Parts: sequence; structure tokens; C-alpha cells
Amino acid sequence: MTFGARALAYVGGAALDLCAEIGAFALFVAGLLRALLWPRLDGPECLRSLYRVGWLSLPVVIITAAFAGAIAVIQTGVFVVKYQAYDVVGWGFGYTVFREIGPLLIGLMFSGRIGAFTAAQLGTMQVTEQIDALRIMALDPTHYLVLPRLLAMAVMMVLLVVIGDLCALCGAALTSGVMLGIELPVFLNSLFEYVTLGDFTQGLFKALAFGVIIATVSCHFGLKTRGGAAGVGRAVSASVVASAVGIFLADGALTVWLR
Amino acid sequence: MSVAALKMSLPLARQAAGKVWRRGGPPHATLIQAYSLGYRSAPFVIATLACLGAILTFQAGLQADRVIGDNALTGATTMPLLLRQLGPTLCGLMLATRVGTAVAAELGNMTVTEQVDALRMCGADPVAHLVVPRLRGCVIMALPVSLLGVAAAIGAGAVMAKVGFLVPWSTYFNFSFVHGLDPVEGAAKVLAYGITTPLIASACGLAAPTSGPGGGSEGVGQATTYAVVYCSMAVIALDFVLGGLFFLLRGVVG
Repeated sequence: MTFGARALAYVGGAALDLCAEIGAFALFVAGLLRALLWPRLDGPECLRSLYRVGWLSLPVVIITAAFAGAIAVIQTGVFVVKYQAYDVVGWGFGYTVFREIGPLLIGLMFSGRIGAFTAAQLGTMQVTEQIDALRIMALDPTHYLVLPRLLAMAVMMVLLVVIGDLCALCGAALTSGVMLGIELPVFLNSLFEYVTLGDFTQGLFKALAFGVIIATVSCHFGLKTRGGAAGVGRAVSASVVASAVGIFLADGALTVWLR
Repeated sequence: MSVAALKMSLPLARQAAGKVWRRGGPPHATLIQAYSLGYRSAPFVIATLACLGAILTFQAGLQADRVIGDNALTGATTMPLLLRQLGPTLCGLMLATRVGTAVAAELGNMTVTEQVDALRMCGADPVAHLVVPRLRGCVIMALPVSLLGVAAAIGAGAVMAKVGFLVPWSTYFNFSFVHGLDPVEGAAKVLAYGITTPLIASACGLAAPTSGPGGGSEGVGQATTYAVVYCSMAVIALDFVLGGLFFLLRGVVG
């Protein structure tokens, strides 16, 4: 083949792969929506998912959020000192944490912690033929495995962002008190003065969307795993990368849409 | 497994540091890793950072409209933040995601299928053959990929400011708030992430349990999950430490 033909074949092959990927994902989402019309939820599996997704990722979320708040203060401290803007610090951090940093950072950590875990778990079940065993017992994996995870991730992502927002603000208030000498009443005053409830709920909407995205993407990549242990690794990798892209795209769309 | 992997990454770092300058190991291995870990992560990093730049400018522009009523400084204020904080750290998180999972999955799979033991049996050192090329490739490519990512973020921010808030290009590209230390801080952070990510991910991969409950393909999944979590946590912790160091340094330099 000439170079031109090879280049064309490469581009065409990549485009076909992308189309196949998008089509498979669309079929998965269609099956999920159909299952949502008449859900048969397994109670114990739901409780297990809620526990694993919510409770076990609490430490990671708390640590990440507190650090993120502290980092935000360290980074913007120079400006605050330069412009003597001590009385708007609470507003600045409340606004950025509620709207962007909270949902985005916790979403990325959640995708790393829970999305990767889910893809690995379902991928292992797929390559060891446990999913096929479920089907043989007339248990639909969409109802039995995917729906509980979707429910758990959507609910817990919102709750974790509420807790994470609080931890990030604590981290920010503590660091600005120690580093910039801003007292807590001043911080809280500007926080409650300027930050609206809308800022907070926008973050929660984003969290809900991220939870749904992470759940669908990780379950999809987990269930279509092929090829033994190497396949499980590839599935986890692809799931985390696709979740991150989905999170950023959804963040952009929701930011513009919700204002 | 979880704590074992973290404990392993320190001696692994020491061993790799001893071998990173030495020749040996398979030829071209570094180039192959630089291609597969660096070059092939670039589209992902560029896409996510471009989204971030657009979102950041949009939020800043909304606030500037509401509070100041003037968007003249939107570009000038986001520029230093993108250069020293959000740009490098988000690039680091994306590389931790992409590189961390890829390295842990590959090495975990090799461990579980006893290919690493086979290497040892042949008298080949797994650290020199597997870890060092990944470390070198990642350190070489971290800076160029992050530069592309930050450039994409700034470019997308400029487009968003132009389209959304009618800010002219020349007003947006205002580097007057950028301190001389800002790019240095960004580069230092990116290099630090480029060193820690492959080391932690390799340690997680090599610690994958081979047999027994939780071994085999389940072990690979576990190793990959721990790799993402620990690499991301390391990025955030390093951001905190280096950010604090440069804050003090700025006070010294003035």
C-alpha cells in the first residue's frame, strides 16, 4: 500500500472504531433506560452498593476536599494580600468550591475510586463467566448489577459533594486564618453575604450528572470486557479515561446551561 | 494489597533512581513508553484541559459581569492561575488517570501471569526492564504534554471570552499579572507528578496478588483501582506541598 492509502486506512479505521464504540454505548444506555421503565431492584445488592460507593469513599473525599480548599487559599493568597481583598475571601472560595472545585474534583476522585472499582469488578465477573452464569439463572445483569450501581452512584455522589463542599470550606477557612490572618467571622460573613443557594444547587446538579455518567460508563466498560486479566486492566483504564472526558464535557454543558 | 503497594513504592523509587542513568535494559524501551504513555495521552489531556479553560473563563466572566460589570481583567486574572495551579495540577490528575491505569494494568497483568517471575528467572531485573523505561518516558513527556494542555486551556478560554463576553483577543492575552516564578512553579509541579505517577503505578502493578482469593484477574482490577487513587492523591498532596513552598519562595524573592 502507498503511504496515502495507509494514512486513509488508519483514519478510516479509527473513525469506524469510534462509531462502533459510540453505538455500543448507545445500545447499553437504551437497555438501561428500558430497564428503568420497569425496574426490578435487588434490595441487598442496592444496600451493598450504597455502602461500598458511599461509606468507603468518604475518607478519600474528605482528604481530597480539605486539601483542595487549602490549596485554593495558598494559590490565591498572593492576590488577596496584594489587593487587600480580605473581606471577599469567603465569597470567592464559597463560589468556586460550590460551583466548580467541589463537584469537579470529587467527581474525578470518585471516578478513580468507584468507577475504576466497578469496571474492575464487573470486568472480572465477565471474564470469569459469572455474568453468563447470572443470565443462565434468568437474572438480567442490567437489573441485578447495573441498576443498583447506578442508583448508589447517583445518590452518593450528591451526598459526598455536600460533605466535600463542607470539608473544602473548612480547609479554606482554616488556611486563610493561619496564612492570611482572616478571622472566621469575617470569612463566614462574606460567604453568607454573597453566595446564593443557586451556586450550591448548581454544584449538586453537576454532582448528580457526574454520578450518572460515571455509573453508566464504568458499567458499560466492565460488562464488555474481553480477554482475561489483560482485558480487565484495559477495561479499567478505558473506563476511567472515558469518565474523565464525560465529566469535563458535562461540566462545560451544565455550566453554560445552568448559568 | 493497598498498604503493601504504598510501602513498595519507596524502595522501588530508590532502586529505580539507582538505575535510571545507567544504560542497559531493552533498547528503544524508553522511546516506546514515551510514545504510548506521553504522545498517546496528549489528545485526552488537550481535550479535558480545553474544556477546563472554557469553563473557567465562563465562570470568571459571569462573576466579573455581576460584580465589577467589566470583563477587561478576566484573561489577566485567569492566566497565572492556569500557569501555576489549575493547568499543571489538572494535567497531573489526567496523567495520573491515563498513565497510572495503563502502567498498573500492564504490570499487574504481567505479575499475575507470572511474566515478571519469568524475567527474574532469566536473570533480568524487573525494575531495570519494566519500571525504569516507564519512569524515563513519563518524565520526558510530562512537560511537553502539559504545555500542550495548558496552551489548549488558554486558547479555549480566549475563544470563550471572545464568543461569550466579547472580550478582544489582545485584552484576553494579558500576561501582566504573571510572576516570573509562575511558569517555574508549574514546571516543577509537572515534573514532580511525572516522577511519582509511574513509580506509584508500577508499585501497585507489581504488588498485584497472583493467586488465592482476590488474585488473578481480580488482582489486576484491584491494582489498577489503587493506582488511580494513590496517583491522584499524590498529585494533590504534591500540589499542596509545592504550592506552599513557592508561596514562601515568593515572599523571599518579592
